[in-house]
Amino acid sequence: MTKILTPTAEHDVALGAVDRAQRDGLWMSPADAEKVTGWTLKPEGMCRAEACVPLPAAAVGTNEVDVAAFWKKLGGPVIASEKRDVWALGAPADERNAALEGLEAPDFTLPDVNGVPRSLSQLRGKKVFVATWASW
Amino acid sequence: MWQQLYSELKDKNFMVVAVAEESRGTDHARPWIEQAKSDYWQLIDAEHRLEDLYNLVNVPQAIWIDEQGRIVRPPETAGSTDHFRRMDLKTRTMAPKDQEERLAARQAYMDAVRAWVTTGKHALPATAARANLPKVTPDIAESRARFRLGVWLRANGRATEGDQQMAEASRLHPDSWSMWRQAADLDEVGKAGGPDFWKRVQALGDRPYYPPPKL
Repeated sequence: MTKILTPTAEHDVALGAVDRAQRDGLWMSPADAEKVTGWTLKPEGMCRAEACVPLPAAAVGTNEVDVAAFWKKLGGPVIASEKRDVWALGAPADERNAALEGLEAPDFTLPDVNGVPRSLSQLRGKKVFVATWASW
Repeated sequence: MWQQLYSELKDKNFMVVAVAEESRGTDHARPWIEQAKSDYWQLIDAEHRLEDLYNLVNVPQAIWIDEQGRIVRPPETAGSTDHFRRMDLKTRTMAPKDQEERLAARQAYMDAVRAWVTTGKHALPATAARANLPKVTPDIAESRARFRLGVWLRANGRATEGDQQMAEASRLHPDSWSMWRQAADLDEVGKAGGPDFWKRVQALGDRPYYPPPKL
């Protein structure tokens, strides 16, 4: 299994055949690619809602897609561990800026001390003061 | 830290969400949270996801969000000041005047939050809120991914490689004190406030460690 870290989730994905792991890129089934990225492989490229990002022919195989190539095309950073068993896909800078400039507070879900997940969106209708702290 | 404010204002449709940027996790943050005796949300952000989403660089930073879920004040320093930079490092004490100013600044910030909740004052119009947003650059975006990978590697017994990713994250985004200090703390508790920290603070020169909020 290969571990994929995205800004808000963590996925375990079977990359399948050994030769895939030894090739460049991050090859996985279109179903796993959709689970990890939220984008769906279609003939016109990787698509989400109305938007499609065309992929170079070298990034699409028989029932597999190179998620690293797609993610870079999207403008997001792709960082792999030395053993290439853990990958981090970061949010593209443009996407972050556009979200913040829209001024709609990005939603987040984080656990409280008892492990109960809490989401900002649960507080709609209240004024919310979000403040960070740390022990360090 | 925010309990008094919250107690005063909680009947006015107001909520405080305190987020611990704490890669050592819940158990490490717990003593501070218990000591705070708070009844607002105390959340744990081991991967610093909030810092990625909101482009934060230090603690404490706050974001003000209105009833419609709109950002009315972008990330800014939440009540802390740079007076600590003039502290006597041997005795760990501040001059009485600095101490006084520091507390006054904190009080002024708390008063601003109060005024916002009760009258709407200090909420910025959209253009001003937008103008005060820090921009995410491709280097910052890459630093977040490297930091995320570094936290995972450290948490999974691969400290050396995790450190390398975190060091690279700090190199790409030197303005983030959170990433640098978190990495130092993961290396050894206390290191985030050690000699290397003070060297880094001195290297700021005239630049602020805690930029004051423009209230």
